[in-house]
Amino acid sequence: MSVVSGSATTARPRRLDEEGLPFDDETTANPFRAIADPAEVEARMGIVIVGHVDHGKSTIIGRLLADTGTLPEGKLEQIKDLCARTSKPFEYAFLLDALKDERAQGITIDAARVFFRTPKRRYLILDAPGHVEFLKNMVTGAARAEAALLVLDAGEGIQENTRRHAYLLAMLGVRQIAVVVNKMDLVGCRQEAFDEFARDLGDFLATIDMTPAAIIPVIGREGDNLAMRSATMSWYTGPTVLEALDAFRSQGEAVDGPFRMPVQAVFKFTNDGDDRRIVAGTIDSGRVRVGDEVVFHPSGKRTRVKSLEAFNRVAPSVAGAGESAGFTLAQQIYVTRGELATLAHEPQPLTATRIRASIFWLGAKPLEVGRNYTLKLGTTRVSVHLEHIERVLDASTLASVTDRTAVVRNEVADCVLKLRHPIAFDRASELAATSRFVLVDNFSISGGGVVREALPAAERRAPSTATSATIALRPGVLWLTGARGAGKTALARWLAGRADRAGARVEVLDDDTLGALFPAGGSRAEQDLRVRRLAWLASRLEAHGAAVIVAIGAPEEDTRRSARAVASDFIEIHLHAEPDVLSARGAIKDLVAFEAPVQPELKLDTGRLSLDEAGAEVIAWLREWSTQS
Amino acid sequence: MSTTLTAPSANRASRIDHLDQLEHRSVHLLREAYASFPHLAMLWSIGKDSTVLLWLARKAFFGHVPMPLVHIDTSYKIPEMIQYRDRLAAEWRLTVIYGQNEEALAAKQTFPDGNVDRLTCCGNLKTEALRRTLSGEGKRYRFDHKLGKYVVDTNTEPYTGVIVGARADEEGSRSKERYFSPRSGENNWNIADQPPEFWNQYATEFAPGTHVRIHPLLDWTELDIWEYIERERIPTVSLYYDQGKGERFRSLGCWPCTKSVTSDARNVQEIIVELKSGRFANIAERSGRAQDKDDGGGLESLRREGYM
Repeated sequence: MSVVSGSATTARPRRLDEEGLPFDDETTANPFRAIADPAEVEARMGIVIVGHVDHGKSTIIGRLLADTGTLPEGKLEQIKDLCARTSKPFEYAFLLDALKDERAQGITIDAARVFFRTPKRRYLILDAPGHVEFLKNMVTGAARAEAALLVLDAGEGIQENTRRHAYLLAMLGVRQIAVVVNKMDLVGCRQEAFDEFARDLGDFLATIDMTPAAIIPVIGREGDNLAMRSATMSWYTGPTVLEALDAFRSQGEAVDGPFRMPVQAVFKFTNDGDDRRIVAGTIDSGRVRVGDEVVFHPSGKRTRVKSLEAFNRVAPSVAGAGESAGFTLAQQIYVTRGELATLAHEPQPLTATRIRASIFWLGAKPLEVGRNYTLKLGTTRVSVHLEHIERVLDASTLASVTDRTAVVRNEVADCVLKLRHPIAFDRASELAATSRFVLVDNFSISGGGVVREALPAAERRAPSTATSATIALRPGVLWLTGARGAGKTALARWLAGRADRAGARVEVLDDDTLGALFPAGGSRAEQDLRVRRLAWLASRLEAHGAAVIVAIGAPEEDTRRSARAVASDFIEIHLHAEPDVLSARGAIKDLVAFEAPVQPELKLDTGRLSLDEAGAEVIAWLREWSTQS
Repeated sequence: MSTTLTAPSANRASRIDHLDQLEHRSVHLLREAYASFPHLAMLWSIGKDSTVLLWLARKAFFGHVPMPLVHIDTSYKIPEMIQYRDRLAAEWRLTVIYGQNEEALAAKQTFPDGNVDRLTCCGNLKTEALRRTLSGEGKRYRFDHKLGKYVVDTNTEPYTGVIVGARADEEGSRSKERYFSPRSGENNWNIADQPPEFWNQYATEFAPGTHVRIHPLLDWTELDIWEYIERERIPTVSLYYDQGKGERFRSLGCWPCTKSVTSDARNVQEIIVELKSGRFANIAERSGRAQDKDDGGGLESLRREGYM
């Protein structure tokens, strides 16, 4: 078949020089094509292009590709062909919109990957969409970028997404940005209009601690100040967009920081007589050498690195940030995925079960106080409880709101999270990579955040009512029972939060515990058996001096009676609420009808009592009980 | 980063180069996939990309390949591809599994038989065969190293994680992929509603009845692939090289729908020189694959239905 590369040059977009004349021979005149050896070019830099919808990001990218000669011919032909057939004028933005449904909607829907190169280096453009609903794609693109172009429309100015995107860039750690003021022709290419923009924008960016490397007046469609200097805006003396990109520094990997490697897996492949036990992971920062003493967090186990391992190359003696490494240990200690490997002689990470974090939320369902999520940081994952929202930041005004119980999509908030078990991390101000986490809600990544600081395990907030005094709980089993939605878990946690830590150890066993211990589902008999096992566990904890607060449904009186039988001190508290109250709370009806306890120690109507009031009743009852017995 | 955690910069290690950077990311993704999915498989088309992927698995797992390699045999693959597959299976002790749409082949519902068009043929022999092999509904043939031949695999457990060698620069629809991309039970790909992906965290959670496709080669270009093949000395099929007729294959598929390109590149080094010369800069890598053109040039209808 015939493969001729020169035959279709007439169909390619023609580049114009400063005087608006086309180059005669594009292939030889185009300096961006003439790269002798890509190995001499710097390693690739990921850049993201963000901004409000319709401000011209796709046009700018399409034009950059055409002007640097990085466009595969088939692509341009295909789009021009399609435009001709549908009687639409050709636009550079169509180059990226390779998918049919994108053309239908007229908006970019994903962080498409596009490559191009200049004599200095290769670029991977992550085209982030501007539509407000598609922020998660922008985050996907921006999180991988080393630098960003923030695009805005000279005719429209600073829009909500301009602010939001700039703020997220700062949070995601993209510090190198250039601002592209597009469609300058709409303001007559006037310098005064541009200067005003530059001032407003500079003021705004300063409030989020960002300094743009350049603010560039551009006409995307014509290519002015993209690859070539604009003839119509000769008053502008700063860099073109390509010059600004080439001036960014490749940040490379953080080899200078302390060693941090989240353990991905410990491999032992016994086939073919391989008896190596290899701790594998990707190094986030620093470096490790053979003979170094490593510490694993949060377990605190330590030993020395015996060897570094690799396939099809000489085993290295050192491995650094950015590398997917593997090493064997001098002693056979038990470590697993999720631990953070560090070096004994370097600064150590923090370990905590309560953290303060800045979070951006992308989920369709809001992030709510009181709900549980899965947090993934490095290779560790832990169930977390959103304890408190300290403030929500309105991304478009940067004002903060303090009285919220939920964070909705596209908002940024400072929150307190309680973790089910301790994890190791660094503070965002000290080591970004090991401070970053995502939150998973219902199988999907719904938010991201950075750890600001570790907090003490005890709740810090003072209770709001007169019942603020703590109570010294005695060993015993406090069994909260009631229909689904009656408020068992909330009351259990309220009580645990007020228990005097100096006294007995307090343990809360709830549906989460049950789910974590025993497989869910099963027949009614199996469910009953699970509750009986939990009751037995509660009695053992009680025997060892713990005050156990149980908050599970256990709808059958018979089951609860057997729980009472195995405990020494069993206090049954029946939480009751009218059916209309339960359904108003959105509670799902129990599959097994709830049998009311015949002789509970205490019965509370949670439909009429607030949580604090119900809690106060329990504490009063417990105080009286303590004095009696 | 605060100054308290910063060591003297005199210690700066030599920069890791571009290929290293790609290799480390791919290895990271492979290990994440292995840690996340108990029923994991890797698709192996015998082509250069998925063979680089196989090599990267050996890097990730220190010489081992701890997951089965699934090959969809349309029965129209060029014979040399099958020989190469079985040779590497034996030499590298690989768990190779192949599956095919035996019903469609028996009923001659194929393009070479002249009964259906190219796209329907791809749908029958690739997409449907892949779907059924992954789900376990279709027969899986596993290479038995003791017997030296394929036997029916007793494991019919559905694969919940599938590693695929797609690259973003191949064509439009692939540039929209995530590293970890959830697919519904019917293999459908919901392009408008993909999970966000950042900070080395991926969609490893998945609802029952769905599976996740993992794309460790997304950031690689055609040139990267060939430079890596050269650096690592990875064995490839000879179809990629000119055998003296002045033509070679740039992308491998079924023989009735795959055309060669004019080229006198006889080995890996010459292919690299050819790619760097810009000779192919204006010609799509898959231009020799006839089904792409029949799909409006985009491949997206095929991929939405589950094509790899």
